Amino acid sequence: MAEFLTSDFVLGRLNYWFFIFLMMIGLYIVIAKSNLMKKIVGLNIFQTSVFMLYISIGKVSGGTAPIFPMDMKVDPTVTYSNPLPHVLILTAIVVGVATTSLGLALMVRIRENFYTIEEHEIAEQEQEIMLSELGLKKEEDV
Amino acid sequence: MLIVTALSVVVTRSLFAIVTLSGVFSLLSALLFVRMHAVDVAFTEAAVGAGISTVLMLGTLALTSRSERSDKKPQIAPLFLVVLTGALLIYGTLDMPDFGAPDTPAQTHVGPDYIERIPKEIDVPNAVTAILASYRGYDTLGETAVVFTAGIGVLLLMSGLARRRKEDEEDEGGSS
Repeated sequence: MAEFLTSDFVLGRLNYWFFIFLMMIGLYIVIAKSNLMKKIVGLNIFQTSVFMLYISIGKVSGGTAPIFPMDMKVDPTVTYSNPLPHVLILTAIVVGVATTSLGLALMVRIRENFYTIEEHEIAEQEQEIMLSELGLKKEEDV
Repeated sequence: MLIVTALSVVVTRSLFAIVTLSGVFSLLSALLFVRMHAVDVAFTEAAVGAGISTVLMLGTLALTSRSERSDKKPQIAPLFLVVLTGALLIYGTLDMPDFGAPDTPAQTHVGPDYIERIPKEIDVPNAVTAILASYRGYDTLGETAVVFTAGIGVLLLMSGLARRRKEDEEDEGGSS
């Protein structure tokens, strides 16, 4: 248990905890807020913190950005950060914008049909529609 | 500062302010990416996250409403769920290597291999570009497919928006 309490241990993991905290703020917005726009912003926050987590795994202290000198003569004493997470996250950012835009388009359509972008109001309206349909069916039965 | 920005998104009501804050969040995270030696990611995040996303959201706001309607009072269940998830994730990090340590599994297998081979095999000074376009070209192909699908989806959802609006207005004019 003693190793969990040393300051080195805590400092070495503080970055992960920081990103997890940000992630949880995003998750809270997505779950607890009923406004659709806010949900999408929360999703973006969540997403960006995952990116930061990945990039922080690729960092090497004392290293530098993985860009070689123009003459391609690599100095073996220089350490470079890991370029692989950067590549993966570049792809992920673009995919993230694609999903965001799709969500926004859905939001526009929802607003067109329900005249609101609040989730609980949409739920109320759907319940009313359902109840009225049930009522109609009963009348037909009679 | 990132935390302050994210928390203010939770409490702010005006959607316009929220969208602006999300842009600020993206720019701050781009700064953080530069600090962690990921300059390419920082470029993309600043251009795409802070630029295009914000513009898209503002466009959506123009088509929908400007401010959040009054919320129900905050419930305890989501907060509990979020704290639980966070605690589990933090428990998971206890086994993670130290921040920036050079001898972790992530740094000892694929990464150095790429850095060794790129100057010999591909004559591109930027390692990220070399991997993206050459070693992991399939990722970009898949990404293009995703963006294409999303584009089709958005077009299908939004098509005929102006036409339907006009019809609505005519209906209202006719009935009154």
